[in-house]
Amino acid sequence: MAYRPCIGVEVHAQLLTDSKMFCGCSTQFGNTANSQCCPVCSGIPGSLPVINRKAVEFVLRTGTALGCRPAPRCRFARKNYFYPDLAKNYQISQYEEPLTAGGRMTLEVDGEAVDIRIRRVHLEEDTGKNFHLPDGTSLVEYNRCGVPLMEVVTEPDFTSAEQVREYLNELRAIFRYLGVSSAAMEEGAMRAEPSVNLVDPLTGDATPRVEIKNLASVRAVYDAVKYELWRQQQALDAEEPMTQQTRRWSVERQETQVMRDKESSEDYMYFPEPDLVPMEVNEAWAARVAAELPELPRARRARFVTEYGLPAYDAEVLTAQRELADYFEAVARTAGDAKAASNWVMGDLTRLLNETAQAVAASPVSADQLAELVRMIGEGRLTSKLAKDVFEEMFRTGGSAPDIMAAQGLGVVNDAGELEPIIAAVLSENAEAVASYRSGRKQAKGVLVGAVMKATHGQADPKLVNQLLEKALG
Amino acid sequence: MELFELTAYELAQKLAAREVSSREAVAAVRDRVAAVEGDVQAFLLQTWEVAEAKAAAVDERRAAGEALPPLAGVPYALKDVICTRGLRTTCGSRILERFVPPYDATVVERLGAAGTPLVGKANMDEFAMGSSTENSAFQVTRNPWDLERVPGGSSGGSAAAVAGDECFFALGSDTGGSIRQPGSMCGIVGLKPTYGRVSRYGLVAYASSLDQIGPLTKDVRDAALVLNTIAGHDPRDSTTAAVERPDFVAALDGSVAGLKAGIITELTGKGIDPGVRDCVLKAAAVLEELGVRCEEVQLPHAEYALPCYYVIAPAECSSNLARYDGVRYGHRTQQPVEDFVDMFAKSRAEGFGPEVRLRIVKGTYVLSKGYYDAFYLKALKVRTLIKRDFDRAFERFDVLLCPVAPTPAFRIGEHADDPLSLKLGDICTLPVNLAGLPALSVPCGFADGLPVGLQVLAPPFAEAALLRLAHAYEQHAGWVGRKPPLGR
Repeated sequence: MAYRPCIGVEVHAQLLTDSKMFCGCSTQFGNTANSQCCPVCSGIPGSLPVINRKAVEFVLRTGTALGCRPAPRCRFARKNYFYPDLAKNYQISQYEEPLTAGGRMTLEVDGEAVDIRIRRVHLEEDTGKNFHLPDGTSLVEYNRCGVPLMEVVTEPDFTSAEQVREYLNELRAIFRYLGVSSAAMEEGAMRAEPSVNLVDPLTGDATPRVEIKNLASVRAVYDAVKYELWRQQQALDAEEPMTQQTRRWSVERQETQVMRDKESSEDYMYFPEPDLVPMEVNEAWAARVAAELPELPRARRARFVTEYGLPAYDAEVLTAQRELADYFEAVARTAGDAKAASNWVMGDLTRLLNETAQAVAASPVSADQLAELVRMIGEGRLTSKLAKDVFEEMFRTGGSAPDIMAAQGLGVVNDAGELEPIIAAVLSENAEAVASYRSGRKQAKGVLVGAVMKATHGQADPKLVNQLLEKALG
Repeated sequence: MELFELTAYELAQKLAAREVSSREAVAAVRDRVAAVEGDVQAFLLQTWEVAEAKAAAVDERRAAGEALPPLAGVPYALKDVICTRGLRTTCGSRILERFVPPYDATVVERLGAAGTPLVGKANMDEFAMGSSTENSAFQVTRNPWDLERVPGGSSGGSAAAVAGDECFFALGSDTGGSIRQPGSMCGIVGLKPTYGRVSRYGLVAYASSLDQIGPLTKDVRDAALVLNTIAGHDPRDSTTAAVERPDFVAALDGSVAGLKAGIITELTGKGIDPGVRDCVLKAAAVLEELGVRCEEVQLPHAEYALPCYYVIAPAECSSNLARYDGVRYGHRTQQPVEDFVDMFAKSRAEGFGPEVRLRIVKGTYVLSKGYYDAFYLKALKVRTLIKRDFDRAFERFDVLLCPVAPTPAFRIGEHADDPLSLKLGDICTLPVNLAGLPALSVPCGFADGLPVGLQVLAPPFAEAALLRLAHAYEQHAGWVGRKPPLGR
């Protein structure tokens, strides 16, 4: 009686539109309480919703990217329930006729390809927020009420917490690539709710589905799914009675706890929203959205490996952010050495950006400038060691490599004429080492090379120094 | 003739000719209100300061030689279901007894821009649910023709105010007949425009797919005048149509000879008071004199309009009225509460009247799991059948005719023990809302000394033709301009 895990995931993502789903109020985060409200989003009597076109575009874009078909005709529906943070005591969402449906995502988990069917991607509005004070009073804040939310629902095709984690990471990257959501789970811009149960593939017997809420990170989702699978298996083995439930994840106790026992699921009394007419996505619009899709993370990763010959690790790191990948490609195009470019971008650039809390878009070093630096190293015009210092200066001042090197009198000394007197001086000052070398101990040359490098402040071309020393030593 | 007895158009002409000022017009209705309002009780709120300020401003602009919109300076009233910024809007309900909207409805903005002074907010059945205005939580409005009788509903206050010359025109709302029926019972004109013709932004919603705002006026020309000002696509209301907006006043003139009118068999037979039927048939005869060919037409699904409406309207209302929970505005219970569910339940039970609570419960029921398909979904399908009957009828006819209500105004309290019979009185008006058509009530005689209205229906967005025919009838039939013996 081997039951296998059966998991579905519902993700809500706040969309990066300037205004709310059904009114012109700002969606900006973090302003004075109840300062971004109007009669529409605060449910004042007589107000009416008007659809935000950009929000529709964003969902079409996302649905198309996930392989969904846009519905030729779709409707909004009212989801009716009472709650203080729901200004109208109904949420305008989509029910029977979602904007897009029927897609799929292929994940790679532990070397295996896993196909997840996307049931639908649709559009709805967010709720406000409740706050509870210690004295028993409750406050409600509606700045968030009405912000556009995109909902992505999968079929219950996941069979492990690892797959769910991979899915969420990939989905998040896709949202960011498409520019539709910041997908920042810690800020609540993306929320995930897994539904978990165990199924016996032979008999079709299954444990009741459990929905898990209150998950503020991908890690939490992973932990919660793992825990819930374990909990249900325990209960199954102990033949405990189980019911359909909504459970919340407790980070402190690392367990899921009952929120709501639902013998039957809640009745939201969905009906088509009479204040909005049905929406038709014509073929021209759908075609344009499809044509304007950027290259998605998975495809880009694969291309970085094949086109630039990068290791999978590099591809993964560089494509984590679309802007970083764009920057890398701009550098690699003219740098002449893709791997070097990758190292610089993943290494020093990322480090300095993090230290100064800047985004790639604000990098003081432009892609062209970095490409130039990489080319110069390749041409031997400066050592990699020196280059690190030059780069820091470039980052600090925004100047180009040649300008900085000229200003500081830097540059690889690879003029034999310049080096010969220095070598002569070194040889005369290090008679012991010279003698040692001439008597057969070749490693003594190292001391001499070191002395030349010191005398030239590290700017001498090591290869040329070796060459000239050998010549001088005879 | 007293100043307050003029039609809006007549007053507008006098104002334009500077024979009279808007301030004088406001003063005239103010005196009239003082004289008769004690009996009629049409207003929940009188707004003389606002009216006088507006009138003064309009007079100044006119004195300065400015060209003003046609209705500038003509005092009017609003059914208290329409939001007015800074002015209490109760919807006839205790749950909004102290509610002051932070914004103006679109129609209010348009009338304001047109320079019309608002004299007050009119009484109504609570949340527009009712056919007599007896469901108002605050007061009973009386029919100026007989103070022991209802003015009709739910826009009873608006209709009574116009019929009693307490204002020159008023706006009401019509979901199942709530403009036309009080219009008929008070002997004035009541127009429900095509669904989507007038913005619902700022109209407190009862049934979203059925509600429309429209004018109650002393004659058909006035209705056209008001429609000119309030009609038109509104980007804030997604259900308004971006259709051409003709000049409805200019469209009034023109012959109606050759038009075809269909008398709806199912709505003119059984259940209609003989006196009412008589008036309606006589009206058809008048139309024949004008060259309009009248024939009978059948609407096979008309009998399902009543149950269809009483599934759809309560369903939408149960959702639209969910927002009244005492959290952001409106009545909040003072009783101790255990949690928010308790707070919501107590506030709503205290704030809503019995008819409203009944429709909310019914609506919740027909939307609930297990019943949705059998009731709500089925009603939507029946609605399509009803609409198709009209589509077919309009292939052969330019307009349709029938009574507005089965009886003239009934006594206050007459239906107190039998609310169903009150609802049965809506059978002539309901189908129109289900089909989204434009329709009006125009006075066509008296039965037992009480006004009777003829209902004229037209295809979607054909208000111009509708008003032209009604205007021709009105001018020829001679019922226009009759006044109740109020205050004489």
